[in-house]
Amino acid sequence: MAIINLKINSKEYSIDVDPQMPLLWAIRDFVGLKGTKYGCGIAQCGACTVHLNGQPVRSCSLPVAAVANKNITTIEGLSDDNSHPVQKAWIEEQVPQCGYCQSGQIMAAAALLSKNASPNDADIDAAMQGHICRCGTYPRIKRAIKKASENKP
Amino acid sequence: MDIDTISRRKFLKLSGLTGVALTLGYYLPADAKEPKLITAFDAENRGIELNSWIYIDVSGKVTLYSHRAEMGQGVYQSIPQIIAEELHVDLDKVNIVFAPGDNVKYGNQITGGSSSIRGSYKNLLNLSATARVMLIKAASNKWNVSELECYAEDGHVIHKPSGKKLHYGELVLEASKLDIPKNVVLKKTSEYKLIRKPLQRQDTPLKTNGTAVFGIDKMIPGMLYAMVERNPRLRGKVKSFDATETLKIPGVKQVFVVRMGVFNTFREGVAVVADSVWAAMKGKKALKVDWDDTGFEHLDTEDIYRRMEEALQKDEGLSFVSKGDSNAIIKSAEKKIDVVYSTPYQSHSCMEPLNCIAHYQKDKIEIWGPIQAPDWVQDYISKELGIAREKVIVNMTFLGGGFGRKAFMDYPHEATMISKEINAPVQVIWSREDDATQGPYRPGVSYRCQGVVANSEISAFKVSIAGQNNSHWRGGAKDIPNRSATEGFLKPYVDNIQNLSIVDIPFETPIPTMWWRSVYASTNGFAYESFMDELAAESAKDPITFRRTYLKDERSSELLNKLEEVSGWKNRSKGYGVAITECFGSTVGQIVKVSKNAENKIQIDQVWAVIDCGWYVNPDIIKAQVEGSIVMALGAATIHEITFKDGKTVQNNFNTYKMPRITDIPPIEVYIMENDADAGGVGEPGLPPFAPALTNAIFDLTGKRIRKLPFELAKV
Repeated sequence: MAIINLKINSKEYSIDVDPQMPLLWAIRDFVGLKGTKYGCGIAQCGACTVHLNGQPVRSCSLPVAAVANKNITTIEGLSDDNSHPVQKAWIEEQVPQCGYCQSGQIMAAAALLSKNASPNDADIDAAMQGHICRCGTYPRIKRAIKKASENKP
Repeated sequence: MDIDTISRRKFLKLSGLTGVALTLGYYLPADAKEPKLITAFDAENRGIELNSWIYIDVSGKVTLYSHRAEMGQGVYQSIPQIIAEELHVDLDKVNIVFAPGDNVKYGNQITGGSSSIRGSYKNLLNLSATARVMLIKAASNKWNVSELECYAEDGHVIHKPSGKKLHYGELVLEASKLDIPKNVVLKKTSEYKLIRKPLQRQDTPLKTNGTAVFGIDKMIPGMLYAMVERNPRLRGKVKSFDATETLKIPGVKQVFVVRMGVFNTFREGVAVVADSVWAAMKGKKALKVDWDDTGFEHLDTEDIYRRMEEALQKDEGLSFVSKGDSNAIIKSAEKKIDVVYSTPYQSHSCMEPLNCIAHYQKDKIEIWGPIQAPDWVQDYISKELGIAREKVIVNMTFLGGGFGRKAFMDYPHEATMISKEINAPVQVIWSREDDATQGPYRPGVSYRCQGVVANSEISAFKVSIAGQNNSHWRGGAKDIPNRSATEGFLKPYVDNIQNLSIVDIPFETPIPTMWWRSVYASTNGFAYESFMDELAAESAKDPITFRRTYLKDERSSELLNKLEEVSGWKNRSKGYGVAITECFGSTVGQIVKVSKNAENKIQIDQVWAVIDCGWYVNPDIIKAQVEGSIVMALGAATIHEITFKDGKTVQNNFNTYKMPRITDIPPIEVYIMENDADAGGVGEPGLPPFAPALTNAIFDLTGKRIRKLPFELAKV
């Protein structure tokens, strides 16, 4: 066990945990933010995606000690009132069905749009192909990303 | 204190609600088949427990106790949309609360069979319209005017001549004392303001900011976490285990053998209880378990399909449909088609792995989880643990996918047994590997299809089916055919094909099987509609024209017309395939267009889908469900399958049980037929036609007939 300092959504947390524990479980069980999901544990599905210094990463496969003091953003930090352009577009296009994978999908889309304001189909495919949606909301995810890129100020 | 007050207090205490309210619900009289409407007052006075009911409080807020789970299919939106329509209130005034499991109060609560809307909409419409009429009557009594001069709008009753206005909350006490009016007139479809409109789902904002609470997110005070090392052979028991290393991990509290029900058999595992999910996970990895794998066969996939093939060639089985004499025609025919189709086992693989919280207390058990059938869980736990039904409280959360898997009792049972052992509340989380390797699975099924075509028409059609019958797992009789042997096959086909024979060959393996989205139709549809296409090709007729011979009824004809129109069928090039299936009260037709890409590999260019689900609520939710069904069908047809080696499941996570990705999805267009026929299901019927429409399209382009799923598009 070790004391790890985390900076999540601009807030600081100090937790006493196994340094090898994946960031995912630190976020969910020690910080108490449940919007980031466990899907596969082996970085295959993307449900656990958060931003590390603005880059999308799989929190299920990242030891918590490796991200101490770095800037981490979770779905809760994107905006809590659904005001982020990606969240708005997700609502406009009615993307979620069961909704379980959507935190990860939204985080990946937000990271894509922060680097590339007008992604084309190939850009979207490249950024989103690591994310599984068992409900099959892919056609709407594609539409929502395009809409978010249009809505952006 | 008058009797009404006492009753109301008693009722409110029972229901957990407070304050004055108009409460209207259905109950099923012992001597009747149809449920009847009753107010809370009347119910209390007569000692009747209410079933599904709505509750309007003094603020005008409407609460519906929904006995169906939200697992993505949109019931969270579509049920309030029905209520708001006939009650004349704003949609945001309607609050939906998931009722705990109780099939005495709510009737069968299973969220399955695409039944959430079609099973309840007539009652919901009538319930809401009746409440509105009672509120109008209450206002007219108060004002001492004729109710004909009053109308309801936006949560208020208005007196037209004077413009006087009261909101519903001010009328609930008066209304709750009235007799229930009979023969309330419901709106015509053309009068709808909310129903049939693509309104946004109320659960969407919760699912875009991370606040929706799924089972895995639920926490209760004092809760510990558990993970279970499970036997990879599906039916095995624990011989012994060594927890030395596990118990060294900080946070691990206890390790013990746990037994859970798998239908009418049991399965054992070793539970690791800890103070965090991670400690439980690590502890599970560090365990050494010696399994007892005796008493059941350890099969390979090849064994299973070889046995199916042998059974099909023996041609003995239980007759499900027998019309005319297809056997004699096939026997004496000079030219016949005799082919075998086969479909794989599949895992549900909901994105939210199985999980459940249980709190076993001395005389009470409380459960929270992503659960499709809370009333079944209540019954099962009550029987297994010998605790009265009403002392087993089963609470539903949002479900991160269900697809049939979360209608099963094993994971709540296991959580309950662990909580009992440790005498504390516990959340049991299944790893993705547990979820993938433990089943129950959609059964793999093989079909022998035999047919004869004469004068461009079907003169004999025979399908023999060898595959596991899910009902056998629940103690279903083995000497009667699977009653779902024609699920997926259009009813007009059954009616209009003169010589038709459907035979179910009983087939068993030790592998537990269970409903998977669209159930038997998901495999039947592939065999029936591919074979129909083979017969059409044999007749040298256009595939839609050929089907029209047997689909002359108005709804089928209109659906075929729509398919032709939206896909440009009549002016098509090569590479088009069609398939139509019917299940859970709805018919869906799909057309797939394929071509060869620059590398000479098959690619899917476009999918057109037309659904006839009769009366419907929300067209956007329906389109989403059909789109999602097509994606799920695409995966099951061309990407993934569950296979077995030496009695163990081979695929254990998404790296081996690969899912369709955003890069695999063709453009999909969905159309809804407009009619007022009884509502059909929406969550499942869009799945079965995709695979045969795709393989029929590949045949149209290449002349190659694909009879085994899954297949790789790149290898055709």
